[in-house]
This record gives sequence, structure tokens and C-alpha cells, in this order.
Amino acid sequence: MITPQTVKYVAELARIKITEEEIEFLKEQLGKILEYINNLKEVDTDKVEPTRGVFFQENRLREDIPCKKDIFKEILKNAPQKEDNYFKVPKVIE
Amino acid sequence: MKKIFQLKATEILKKIEENNLKKEEVYHHFKERIERIDPLIKSFIEVYDYYPTEKGAPVAIKDNICIQGRKITCASKILSSHIAVYDATVIRKIKKEGLLILGATNMDEFAFGSSCENSCYYPTKNPWDLKKVSGGSSGGSAAAVAARLVPFALGSDTGGSIRQPASFCGVVGFKPTYGRVSRFGLVAFGSSLDQIGPITTNFTDCAYLLNIICGFDELDSTSANIEVPDFMKALIEDVKGIRIGLPSEYFQEGLDEEVKEAVMKVAKTLEKKGAKILEISLPHSRYAIATYYIIACSEASSNLQRFDGVRYGLQIKEKEMLELYRQTRKEGFGIEAKRRIFLGTYSLSTGYYEDYYLKALKVRTLIRKDFEKAFSTVDVILTPTSPTPAFGLGEKIKDPLSMYLSDIYTVSVNLAGIPAVSFPCGFTSNDLPIGAQLIGKPFDETTLIKVGYTYERLCKDFFERTPEIAK
Repeated sequence: MITPQTVKYVAELARIKITEEEIEFLKEQLGKILEYINNLKEVDTDKVEPTRGVFFQENRLREDIPCKKDIFKEILKNAPQKEDNYFKVPKVIE
Repeated sequence: MKKIFQLKATEILKKIEENNLKKEEVYHHFKERIERIDPLIKSFIEVYDYYPTEKGAPVAIKDNICIQGRKITCASKILSSHIAVYDATVIRKIKKEGLLILGATNMDEFAFGSSCENSCYYPTKNPWDLKKVSGGSSGGSAAAVAARLVPFALGSDTGGSIRQPASFCGVVGFKPTYGRVSRFGLVAFGSSLDQIGPITTNFTDCAYLLNIICGFDELDSTSANIEVPDFMKALIEDVKGIRIGLPSEYFQEGLDEEVKEAVMKVAKTLEKKGAKILEISLPHSRYAIATYYIIACSEASSNLQRFDGVRYGLQIKEKEMLELYRQTRKEGFGIEAKRRIFLGTYSLSTGYYEDYYLKALKVRTLIRKDFEKAFSTVDVILTPTSPTPAFGLGEKIKDPLSMYLSDIYTVSVNLAGIPAVSFPCGFTSNDLPIGAQLIGKPFDETTLIKVGYTYERLCKDFFERTPEIAK
């Protein structure tokens, strides 16, 4: 069962602000979708291994060698606020 | 004599090479068509100016694939001013081949949708009937190719996003095996499911574009380090002895009669040429949609965490950090993106993880094994691509579950990681295209192309017929 509290809790986890109207709307829609999804419960999966990926799931490691310098400009190109070579955000410590 | 837009991409390439066509002439031919026809369907987000290339044949790119120095928006408000700072691997390969990148095509926001109505710009309409959807999420690429505004295009497919719009628009849409095409530079949706693939009007162009984009890439950790065959060599008319399985679960209740009839006719046509038709079972098919939406949304909610308003994209200025995140994501994401982030976050949250996410991963194993078992007795599987032809604009947008269910025949393929192609196989009594889907063994794109090409040679009209607005 999805309650308004669940919706608010998930919104907090997802860092999305929602209005009272949206809480009602999402509660109803997510409830419907989850009701449908709950038919998975009837599948016996006791001895089944989960699939996390399909082919070639081994970790492919490479040497940690720096390959390009001076990419600050590129990285910061799309930043909404920047200063020197940094992203700029509101103050997070008092 | 045929006009340029009536030619295959590979024919255009040949004419340019033989000096029978000028590259600028080809560009301006399609540019003029876009200016004249695209206002009706709105398949492009941006059309680029002409620039010299080696081969000159134009290709359109779904707007979730990075092209250095060009805007990449994923049809989302949160990225609406974002400029890609590097080329996706597929773009690097297309540039190396010398094709001309014509423009960026419309899509459902972040590829979330089956109708192209979730774009932050406008829905892309179906060129065959302007009151119908183009399908999604690669609706822009499929509609542009169908209306002959570009000879071919790239799309991406997480749960059917290449195949379903291809079927709605009457073109060929190919999703390669997971790992065949590098995902580097494709904006991530469901990282264990996403693949880039070609949308074309025919199998020859499809094989040509696959040859360019497939192959191992160090920059994608799930890229398959195995040899890529020459797909052009698969363009042969021969289906003798090929075993084609029809899964009974894909021909049951909910399937439109005209679609069913058309797909059964594909089986009969191929049978006459020597293929063997066998009935098979994929018993866990009924759980595919639930499994898919849990996994895809979980991965999406994780992938979309990066849109925080700090490093790129939209930022709503706030005095507090957390409030900046919350407001930016509220303003930046559309309703379907929010729905999926919520569903994914919920499935991954403490107390629900085992019941939802982990459960779905286990059912994914069962769905994968269904295919493994089926492929021990058949070479390819034939199904409808979508249970219905293109549905009406606005028809499903308010009922997300009914929209999700329209992907019922396509999502299992992504869960299993295997290749599949949708191709035109007829028209309804209302002149809407019908698509059939061929599903193959892992890394056996070759057989799909061979069977598809044989069918194309037998039923040319389904591939060559163009919508009224394209004439």
C-alpha cells in the first residue's frame, strides 16, 4: 500500500520537491503500477540467482595513467555557476 | 528516375562516389524536405548547417547521443542548454566513416516513453496519420526516416525504443546484442539494458550502419570484446532450413487481429522459401513488463541522480544546497521522469529492495533462461513488435500502466540482452504500418539480417511504400 507518507519519504530520498496535489496524484498512480508489479510475487524464485547483467560482466581494469591535462575548461563548460576551476554551490557549512 | 529521397542510403553513397550526385545537393535536398514536411510531424529538434565530409550521406541522431560541440538535451528541460563536450563512440565512428550528421531527433524525455509525447518540446506525430503517435522513445528518428527526411538514423533501445517506433512508422529498427555497440556517450537510462541501433528503410542500409557502429570499445566497461562479422555479407536470399519459432504467449489475448494476421503471413512467406516454422513457449513472458519496469526504473533513478543542478544543466538558485537539488529536480524533470524516479527509488529503498528490485533480478534470470531453452530448438523467433498499430495522440498518456503494457513484446529482449529487429510486414485497413519482430541468439545479428533481407526481397512494397506527406 502506498500512503501519502510513503510518497513524501520517496520524494525526500529522490531529492525532488513535490506539491500536495502531486502527492495525491503520485500515490494513486504508483499504487496502480505497484499493484500490477505485485504479480511477480507468484513466481517461485527460491533457487534462482539474480541477473545483474547479461554478457561480459567481468571487471575490466586498466592502468591508472592520467591521459589528458587541462580539462577544467571542458568540465566546467556547462556549469551553471563556477569560480576559477571550481563548481560554485551555496554554503554548506556554518 | 528516382528522386534522391527515394534512394537507399547505400545507393546515395554509391552515386556520390561515382560523381553522379553532389554532396551539397544531397544535403540541400533533405534540408528542403525537412523545412517543408517536418512542421507536420516535428521529428527534429535541431538541423545542422552543411559541412564538408568524405562520403556525404546524411544521418540523423537521437538527441541522447553526444556530438561534441552540439546541444544534447534528451528532450528534457533539465538539459535544455547542455553542450556535449565529447563525441560518443558511435559518433566518432560515423565521423570517421565520413557520413554527414544532419541533426538531432526528438524523443521521449530521457527515453522514458512509448509515444514520443513525453518530450519537453513537442510530440512527434506519425507520418502515416498525423493524429497517431510516432511511437517511442526514438519516435523522432523513426518518423524522420519514414517521412524520408533523412535516409537513416540512430536510435537507442532500452525496452523497445528503437523497434516499437520503427513498427509504428513502417521502417526497419535494429537493436543489437547488449555489448555489441559502445554505450560511451549515450546518456544512460537503464545501463544493463541500453543499446544504440540503426533505424533505416531497408536491411541493406541497416547492415551498412551496423558495420560502422558495432565493435569493442575500451570506454564502455560492458562492451563485448568479440569479433564483428561483415554484416553486408549477410545480405543473401536464403532461409532454407532456418528454424523459426513462434512463441504461443505472444499471440494471445490483447493482440490486434490485423497485426496477428500480418505476422502469421510473414511466417507463411518464409516457410514457402524453405524455413521451418515451429511453435515454442516463453513461459515467463507474462512477468516481463513488471520485471522490466522495476529494473529499468531502478537503474534510471540511480543514473538520474547526476542531474543535481551543480555540474551541468538547469539550476534553480536557492540559498540552501538541499533546496537547490529539490527545486532544480522539481522544475527540470517532466512527469514521466518523476514517476520513474519515484518507482525506482521506492524499489531500491530499505525494506522494499528484496521484494521488488532483487525479485525482479531473479525473474530476469528466468526470462533469460526461457530464451536459452527456446534457442536450443530454433534459430530465430518471430513475434509482433507491438500488440497494436500506432495508437492515438493523447490516448494513453494519462494512463501510464496502459502505456507500459504497449511494450509487452519488446522488453524481454532487453532483459535477455539478445538482438532483435522490427521490420514492416503489412498495413492495416486504415493504412497504418504493421511491424514484425525477429529475435536472435546472442551475437547472431547475421541470421536476423539474412532472414529479414530475404523477406524484404519477397515483400518489397511494405518497405518502399511511403506516407502521403512524404511524396
